[in-house]
Amino acid sequence: MIILSLLGISILVALILAFVGDWKYAPEVNISGSLLTFAVSLVLAFQVYGEGGSVAGSTYFFVDYLNISLVVLTTLVSTTTAIFSRRYMRLEREHGRVGHWRMRFYHAMFQLFIFAMLIALLTNNFGVLWISMELATLATVLLVSLYRTPNSIEAAWKYFILCGVGIAQALFGTVLLYFAAERVLGAGGDALLWTNLSRVSAQLDPTVLRLAFVFLMVGYGTKAGLVPLHNWLPDAHSEGPTPISAVLSGLLLNIALYALIRCKALVDGSLGPGFAGNIMMGFGLISLLTAAFSMLRQKDIKRLFAYSSIEHMGIATFAFGLGGPLATFGGVLHMLVHSLAKSATFFSVGHAAQMHGTQEMAKIRGLIKGNPAVGWGLFLGVMALAGMPPFGIFTSEFLILTATMKEAPWLAPPLLLGLTVAFAALFFKVQPMVAGGKAPGQQALTAANIPVFLHLALVLAPGVYLPVFLADWFHLAVEILR
Amino acid sequence: MAHPLAAQLNSLLAALILLSAFALLTQRKKMAIVHTFAWQGLFLAISTAVIGFASGEHHLYISSLLTLAMKVILLPYILYSLIIKLKIHREIDAVVNIPSTMLIGLVLVVFSYHLTAPIRELSSLMTRSTLAVALATVMLGMLMMVTRRHAVTQILGFLEMENGLFFAATSATYGMPMVVELGVALDLLIAAFIFGIFFFHINTNFDSLDVDQMAKLREMD
Repeated sequence: MIILSLLGISILVALILAFVGDWKYAPEVNISGSLLTFAVSLVLAFQVYGEGGSVAGSTYFFVDYLNISLVVLTTLVSTTTAIFSRRYMRLEREHGRVGHWRMRFYHAMFQLFIFAMLIALLTNNFGVLWISMELATLATVLLVSLYRTPNSIEAAWKYFILCGVGIAQALFGTVLLYFAAERVLGAGGDALLWTNLSRVSAQLDPTVLRLAFVFLMVGYGTKAGLVPLHNWLPDAHSEGPTPISAVLSGLLLNIALYALIRCKALVDGSLGPGFAGNIMMGFGLISLLTAAFSMLRQKDIKRLFAYSSIEHMGIATFAFGLGGPLATFGGVLHMLVHSLAKSATFFSVGHAAQMHGTQEMAKIRGLIKGNPAVGWGLFLGVMALAGMPPFGIFTSEFLILTATMKEAPWLAPPLLLGLTVAFAALFFKVQPMVAGGKAPGQQALTAANIPVFLHLALVLAPGVYLPVFLADWFHLAVEILR
Repeated sequence: MAHPLAAQLNSLLAALILLSAFALLTQRKKMAIVHTFAWQGLFLAISTAVIGFASGEHHLYISSLLTLAMKVILLPYILYSLIIKLKIHREIDAVVNIPSTMLIGLVLVVFSYHLTAPIRELSSLMTRSTLAVALATVMLGMLMMVTRRHAVTQILGFLEMENGLFFAATSATYGMPMVVELGVALDLLIAAFIFGIFFFHINTNFDSLDVDQMAKLREMD
């Protein structure tokens, strides 16, 4: 019942906004809709905690410690993004970059996107997981090209085509998974349910699952932006409106990774650890290194952070591939804190770009002098992303590195190299933008500060002090993946 | 098998689907490509109905009707009217080196048979041998998207991949659960809506639907 109202709210708000999205108070409707979803997701979280595990897995939905954490994160970030988007989109409208129709479209698609992600997280059915991943992509394709500039259309087309091809592989993987499951569970819709599959994963045919995982890895790996399947990501994340960049980088990548780790848990049950883990470690490490070195030569501020998303997805994928309680704990924590830090950074980046009328880093100067909140927000966000203590990303990266030292010490040097290069790239690119004198032609603006600093405070929390109940919570989430 | 005729008919239809996949690779006129795509959809719909009849899985009749409505009537009609509206029906795709594309296609078919061999061993369904054809269709669709540089043709490659996936589901497991098939059809419908909008945007911004014109977002070295 709670799950249905959770999904119902976002789809209902999407429908309303499709008609009144250009109304003066439409951003407020958008915010209240997201806030309501957030409140309901908290209720659901307490219910899960109260019932000590999973809320009854029905044919359609199921909730456990792992996916409810991501549901709460998704609704929280969508709420803060809606708050940020109110200021941001108002300015874009004043600058004449979007008109009435596009505002309606933007608001409706934003909520539809949230709806698709919530289904992907809550569904019990691997087929529906695929459908909602695709729906989330389709909802955002036309948002990437919202400004209708040649560049944005090119980016959106690339996003549409490459992700379409990629995710088709995941559907083939799902067909193979169903084939293997049907032999154990019998024909009918029940054979694709996670609650059934995880019960019988040891009996699934290893040959078929091995093939299925390769296809699933390529499919969902494309969506998670793993190298070498990442070509669409820097374009799609940099050409659209900034609120969309924030949710694409902060939320959608997480959902793809979530799909991947669910698949891995099944494959591990049948093949034992090793096969899926090694593939994921390879993809993760290559993504981390490629993205870190690519960051060094970026000139566009949003592209820089798009590559940083690939880097962090690589780290998390590596951690899940490594397996074991410590690395998996680090991986789950990393997904959560990266999502918060990345969206906070994108909020600051959006305002910085609006102040200078460009996304070119060489032309953005003196942010702290111009607007202290935006400048410090960007600087602290970047420090968090670069893995500086005391932010939570330091904690998760430290955990992952410790686990690597213990399990696979020969992989620690490349991991450390990637982290260092990424840190250097971020620091030296961002430092001149925030410090020093103002750039000529810099404009003042009223920024939306609450979302940025709320996120940064939440990222700080696990680095300073992780409450016992949260630590327990994460441990239980990790248990699910073993 | 209880229906040897059905099994043979199914193999024949699989062969026709593969044949139309190769035909799509070599066609150069937009309208001809759309027609070939519609034929492929028709073979797919008949094959689904035949499998449904032979296996007694009656939900496959619904899938078959859905395929008929979407892939034989609706999508070709949408593409047809878009091509007329954008006045590109006389344009001819620049295709480089059809023979070598065909050769790569052949290699992909052999590769698909190799890849699905272990599954053929395991399965007892009468359709088990057509899974390779399904995977080959997916790969040939991908090949078409890589080798063609026109937005409309790329979309047709994309839709062909979807045909292959649908065929894979019917041959490996007699179709996915109904909720999944309906959901995939819904996604496809939304995708059709989106690429329709895209064609107009690309056409107005680049004065052509040639995707090679879109090359600004390359990595700077």
